[in-house]
Amino acid sequence: MNFEVIADIFINNWDAFLRGAGVTLLIAIVGTIIGSIIGLIIGVIRTIPTPDSRVKRIFLRIVNWILSFYIEVFRGTPMMVQAMVIFYGLDLAFGIDIDNMTAAYLIVSVNTGAYMAEIVRGGILSIDKGQFEAAHAIGMNHFQTMMNVILPQTIRNILPATGNEFVINIKDTSVLNVISVSELFFASNTIAGANFMFFETFFITSIIYLILTFTVTRILRLLERKLDGPDNFNLVGNQMQVDIPKFKE
Amino acid sequence: MDTLAQPADTQTETIIDIQHLSKFFGEREVLKDINFSVNKGEVVSIIGSSGSGKSTLLRCINLLEKPSGGKIIFEGTNILEDMKDVNQHRTKMGMVFQSFNLFNNLDVLGNCIVGQMKVLKRSKEEATVKALKYLKLVGMDQFIHAKPKQLSGGQKQRVAIARALSMDPDVMLFDEPTSALDPEMVGDVLDVMKNLADSGLTMIIVTHEMDFARDVSDRVVFMDQGVIAEEGPPEQIFNNPKQERTKAFLRRTLK
Repeated sequence: MNFEVIADIFINNWDAFLRGAGVTLLIAIVGTIIGSIIGLIIGVIRTIPTPDSRVKRIFLRIVNWILSFYIEVFRGTPMMVQAMVIFYGLDLAFGIDIDNMTAAYLIVSVNTGAYMAEIVRGGILSIDKGQFEAAHAIGMNHFQTMMNVILPQTIRNILPATGNEFVINIKDTSVLNVISVSELFFASNTIAGANFMFFETFFITSIIYLILTFTVTRILRLLERKLDGPDNFNLVGNQMQVDIPKFKE
Repeated sequence: MDTLAQPADTQTETIIDIQHLSKFFGEREVLKDINFSVNKGEVVSIIGSSGSGKSTLLRCINLLEKPSGGKIIFEGTNILEDMKDVNQHRTKMGMVFQSFNLFNNLDVLGNCIVGQMKVLKRSKEEATVKALKYLKLVGMDQFIHAKPKQLSGGQKQRVAIARALSMDPDVMLFDEPTSALDPEMVGDVLDVMKNLADSGLTMIIVTHEMDFARDVSDRVVFMDQGVIAEEGPPEQIFNNPKQERTKAFLRRTLK
């Protein structure tokens, strides 16, 4: 292996690599965040307790059926195929012409949403039933219970799985080269196509991917620790001296 | 305890009136034609062996379990009829669970103010003042920054009581509040509950603590196999039970 060649390729093309890595990271971040929000919303809807009224029950069943359909379709087909179908299909079927970056955000978000919906549902189901009961017992409705009690705990619990999705997204954006999104893989392909040194070029590419994913996992680990809060707490002294103590929301 | 004082002269006013209440779990009838009422300011203990339906009865009162039939008249309205206001009714009934069920994502103060702010729409300041008052009452005001996982069982249960009180309920429901506690912590929680009872709060307590039931209750209800087998003042139930099964139960538990 010739390190000088590799170094040369990087020095000559560092801006293209960097731009590609930037696009990859951007799509992965946007896709993971929007996907997680989709997942959380679906998770909340899918855990609504069966209503008493018949009309509401039927309506809820239809909504759940649509959501199941969405999840099954997007989990059951490759993202590369989804990219082709959405990018070319929207144009053919509805005459909607979206640029390939918008398509990239859309595809990764919707795809991640399908996986996150199941992760969130699992996370909500893993929360102790007593938490729901205690929230209901002080008069909270389903939405208040979710927002104030269940989802904060769910989000902490599903953070490792969400990190997984993030890492997968960083790598899987490479399939978006089929719709000419200029992410890292696409950029590398362009570089290698010009210099014909495929091994050396993609060796650099793999190291950049590794740096991206490694950094992301470390940052998420830090975030987990921060969400767990400190191990210790301070006793509050004489209440006569402390009017209204500061506290976290 | 005057801080909690509720008017003592309204003792004859019925706050909860349960009529012909029944509850099925599938085919199994766990509550059969329960008729029972609680007056304002009264402390009622429900005793009975495991599986007798006493917890289910308590959970039916604030609709954590949906009764299969009958009426629950709370402050003049049948709460089984207008299920839309179920959350409204629940704010007026404080519930304390066997397994504490403090919100794990919030610290002690957060547990006591979240319901006040989100459900009763109180301001943060008002909620905090109220929470501190009740946390002080249960002796947990020093621990406002602690997370539930950092507390012992007895401490958790005292916070759970403060959380329920912070909502200014008209009646407090206790579902075996000391059953999950280490023996040396039971006393702390029972002391708090005794103080509450003395302050004139209406309380319904499902318990296995016979001494406590005897000391604190105005009335004791003995349940067996889904029916109220006997009820009366504690002296009668504990010293002079009329029913054979009450006698048998007390013989087993008071050994």
